[in-house]
Amino acid sequence: MSLTKIEMPDTGGHFGRFGGQFVPETLMPALEELTAAYEQARQDPSFDEEFRYYLKQYVGRPSPLYFAERLTRRLGGARIYLKREDLNHTGAHKINNTLGQALLAKRMGKQRVIAETGAGQHGVAAATVAAMFDMQCVIYMGEEDIRRQELNVFRMRLLGAEVASVTSGSRTLKDAMNEAIRDWVTNVRTTYYLLGTVGGPHPYPMLVRDFQAVIGQEARLQILEQEGRLPDCIVACVGGGSNSIGIFHPFLEDPVRLIGVEAAGHGIETGKHAATLSAGQVGVLHGALSYLLQDQHGQVLEAHSISAGLDYPGVGPEHSYLKESGRAEYVAVTDEEALAAFELLARTEGILPALESAHAVAYAAKLAPAMGSDQIMIINISGRGDKDVPSIARILEVK
Amino acid sequence: MSDRARAETGNGHERVVDTGLHRETTSTDGLNRIDAAFDRLRREGGKGLIAYITAGDPSYEATADLVLAMERAGADLIELGVPFSDPMADGPVIQQASMRALAGGATPAGILGLVRRLRERTQIPLLLMTYYNPVLHYGLAAFAADAAMAGVDGLIVPDLPLEESGPLLTELQRKRLHLIPFAAPTSTAERLARIAGAGCTGPGASRGFIYCVSLTGVTGARQGLPQGIEEFMQRMRACTDRSLAIGFGISNPEQAVLMAQLGDAVIVGSAIVSLVEQYAADRDKMLQQVSALVGSLKQAI
Repeated sequence: MSLTKIEMPDTGGHFGRFGGQFVPETLMPALEELTAAYEQARQDPSFDEEFRYYLKQYVGRPSPLYFAERLTRRLGGARIYLKREDLNHTGAHKINNTLGQALLAKRMGKQRVIAETGAGQHGVAAATVAAMFDMQCVIYMGEEDIRRQELNVFRMRLLGAEVASVTSGSRTLKDAMNEAIRDWVTNVRTTYYLLGTVGGPHPYPMLVRDFQAVIGQEARLQILEQEGRLPDCIVACVGGGSNSIGIFHPFLEDPVRLIGVEAAGHGIETGKHAATLSAGQVGVLHGALSYLLQDQHGQVLEAHSISAGLDYPGVGPEHSYLKESGRAEYVAVTDEEALAAFELLARTEGILPALESAHAVAYAAKLAPAMGSDQIMIINISGRGDKDVPSIARILEVK
Repeated sequence: MSDRARAETGNGHERVVDTGLHRETTSTDGLNRIDAAFDRLRREGGKGLIAYITAGDPSYEATADLVLAMERAGADLIELGVPFSDPMADGPVIQQASMRALAGGATPAGILGLVRRLRERTQIPLLLMTYYNPVLHYGLAAFAADAAMAGVDGLIVPDLPLEESGPLLTELQRKRLHLIPFAAPTSTAERLARIAGAGCTGPGASRGFIYCVSLTGVTGARQGLPQGIEEFMQRMRACTDRSLAIGFGISNPEQAVLMAQLGDAVIVGSAIVSLVEQYAADRDKMLQQVSALVGSLKQAI
């Protein structure tokens, strides 16, 4: 029996040929345990009730779907709405997932949680829920990222988390993830691995998606309420892919264009980019079969993006499936275009988007003028740009 | 290089292609060399020593010298690590060896070439320990064919659990190579039963061995013996009569002798790789130190 797109993945965690569980045997029983615990939670109305309670009272949901009137006028095309995930507690969509998984960890009786982080947004969101639920928390972060994201490191420590510096490999997100997996292999009986994106082995791509799907569920209701119809297209940035899957998923069966925007860095032709779906090949990293930036011998390449949150050589397997099936489109914009979009949104709407989200704005700014004024576009503003102000200030000074 | 030529595959990387003499992938009596080695150990009432080094660290030439030296010193089987950029099951020692080998230009095709050259000089069972992506990228069928032609006897793929191993197992069995399954202390009884049966049916079915991970963790030397290892090995023994090799954390003769009593073979990696790292600049000293460790391990078990 074939599954519809919305019913994916299969019981082995496959989205078509993508996904799966490529991890050491030591972890397989833990993944089975997690899958079973999640299935049980899903069927327990009290779990969803608790999740919704905290989303509302703690995160501040629903986040607004804001009609960006001035941006719409400036671009002169489609009516543009912004899904304001930047207004969530901790400043990004990441908290939706960490909250859901922390509730799951609590249910499973795990007292220790570990997580990987690149820019520090997921690390902060994980440290936040660990503080709230009184769990021991270790965040793995590449030495290079610790240097680049000082403020978030301090935030995590204020929240009581231990930030473990990762000095292996390229000392960035992918190495932080390797180290988190090594910790998990070692402490698997007592530890919950709170993965930050729709990647990794099954059931992570599924459960992170389900927790992030609140973005799209709200946006769907909100646009129907405000416009009386579905949007023509939705634009969201893609690193690992959790904010984009979150907003795409409830629209999979609708006649709505779904556009994922990757980081082209200095330009795809320069090789210094993070456009996994646009320029990668199929491979296995961190537990899943998906598109991957790799060399001719199957060694994983380092990604590059001005946005630390997109700076990852892999991508969630469901995105690979949506790309191959043609249900979603994937494009890429450069560092420079993202910076221009950051300034555009700041000046027209008084909103500083995260550099990650600025990638979505950049592509939307190209697409909107070509659309009719009776058409509707939603851009997912996955996070706020406060964290990026110091690095943007440095770049603008240099200019 | 006289009997080899380079060719491009669909993925654009080098493949080793046989243009001359065809080499047998099995020992002279038609048995996979791994099975022949365990048969011999069983006949002699001895325990096996499986020695691991990372191929290409510090160079292919050094790896070849080390393999031959370890064989002379008493190693029964050799595991050659194919370096990967993201070795998530390995501790710092083997991670760094992988990075050195990659920096030195080691590639899957180059390592198959090394095995081919080694096969002119030794019949010791050779296993490749590789993460899945380099093999997947090479092409499963192409890798199985080239590995068999080079004289590899089996593959150990730590990030390929039973659930995902079907496609590679099929290709390897076609070439009569073993895919060595892993068992871990966390494996449930139901999983152990399936692991025990892995690869035991089908056209290329044979016994090989089961790689029993002694502890929950990554590779690397540890003090003492892991907790619960006796109970774990008893559970293993109860569910299979296949050969059992114990690895992870074993670095000295004292540990090796205790572990050997619980299984049919012990696997030592990081302790050897540490010596390779330490004496990389002095070839003779490196061979001497590694031989001494391997000799003392074999003697102990």
